[in-house]
Amino acid sequence: MSDIVVTGLGATTPLGGDVASTWAALLEGRSGIGLLTEAWAEQMPARVIGRLAVEPSERLDRVKARRLDRCQQIALLAAREAWADAGSPEVDPERLAVVIGTGVGGALTMLDQDDELEERGPSRVSPMAVPMLMPNGSAAAVGLELQARAGVHTPVSACAAGSEGISLGLDLIRAGRADVVVAGGAEACIHPLPMAGFSRMRALSTRNDDPKRASRPFDKGRDGFVLGEGAGLIVLERAEFARARGAQIYAVLAGAGVSCDSFDMVQPQPEGDYAALAIRLALRSAGIDAAEIGHVNAHATATPAGDIAEAGAILNAIGDGAAVAGTKSMTGHMLGASGAVEAIFTILALRDQIVPGTQNAEDLDDDPRVQALDIVRGAPRKTTLRAAVNDSFGFGGHNVALVFTAA
Amino acid sequence: MATTEEIQSGLAEILEEVAGVLPADATPEKSFTEDLDVDSLSMVEIATAVEDKFGVAIPDDELANIRTVGDAISFIEKNQS
Repeated sequence: MSDIVVTGLGATTPLGGDVASTWAALLEGRSGIGLLTEAWAEQMPARVIGRLAVEPSERLDRVKARRLDRCQQIALLAAREAWADAGSPEVDPERLAVVIGTGVGGALTMLDQDDELEERGPSRVSPMAVPMLMPNGSAAAVGLELQARAGVHTPVSACAAGSEGISLGLDLIRAGRADVVVAGGAEACIHPLPMAGFSRMRALSTRNDDPKRASRPFDKGRDGFVLGEGAGLIVLERAEFARARGAQIYAVLAGAGVSCDSFDMVQPQPEGDYAALAIRLALRSAGIDAAEIGHVNAHATATPAGDIAEAGAILNAIGDGAAVAGTKSMTGHMLGASGAVEAIFTILALRDQIVPGTQNAEDLDDDPRVQALDIVRGAPRKTTLRAAVNDSFGFGGHNVALVFTAA
Repeated sequence: MATTEEIQSGLAEILEEVAGVLPADATPEKSFTEDLDVDSLSMVEIATAVEDKFGVAIPDDELANIRTVGDAISFIEKNQS
């Protein structure tokens, strides 16, 4: 079976408008978290958020920008960056696919257009409302720009969607249906409705008096995730195709594993048994032994239940030998983009042989599973890495694990 | 009541906002679809903006007959209140 390699990266996040600035900020331990400034925020119990560092509409042609939902705008920007980074591969459009996962798609358009409908009636709903709100809009916008004709797909699996996008990209190339896939996730839904909904679930951190310390993976004082927005896309290629065109190779996407808890709509299965299953499946798919995994970029959203279940899953499937990083401490939780952005962090960790530090994990949870993990806290750790795992989990019970190896 | 010049410049503003058409290109003989590259969804947005700006109603069957910038100007002149 031929290798599948990563040849281009693109992202826009609360830490930076591109991959280089995001990665530099992450290694410096900077926080992308701030406070909502909108008037509606006053009523919200949780007012901490990870807003994009660079406003996307300012980087797009104005007419183009007004026809795209915010999540579509950032998907397009990340795709342009990744595509240019990969050297704009000359590929038969019928061998080029796009996979962009999302949690909720064009939610901001849906909600804004509903306001128009309520206030001004059906004749004032935009004719662009449907293409801007449909969840596949981001993938379609990128597919249109790159002229991808081997299929344009949109996994919708909540906070696992970005990772599932990359997993599906791997499948498409392995199945011989594409030579090049632009894969990842995009999400932008900072709005009163999602924030109120997550708050009603008690899922969001309410550390409003100290935003930069609000996202606290594995810490005893963690009180929920911080909602962020962002997009991350990578260019995947069949290794022979990439080598034939002399492309740079960041890393090898060695394998992927997908499972579902089928336990509860939103609560993780407490032992993390099926999260562990996804990791095991990914290792098997990669043909790699658990002992070779030197680093895990953990999902680690900083919810009380989620971090414990994940710690159990990592211990079960990989053991205690991998250096674990919880980068949502700096980015917040970009929902359907988080897995893709964190896959980029995992790839760069392999390239630079460094594990980012987890911020705000000052007082680790007493749970023995958390205590047993090698969590890199504070400053990043220089180390020798050959293989690394990125795992992501989503409401609905979705579990996805990706295994990357050094180029 | 807006004058013909006011209608022409107001329409040009809408065309620039919605479809990125340069005001100098928005002359009466231009076809929206063939010359100015305005697609059908943008035409609907332009019609809505014209309704709001000039206080006219553009039924769908009338919109289908508006092919050029000049057609739009004449329609607004005839129907503005």
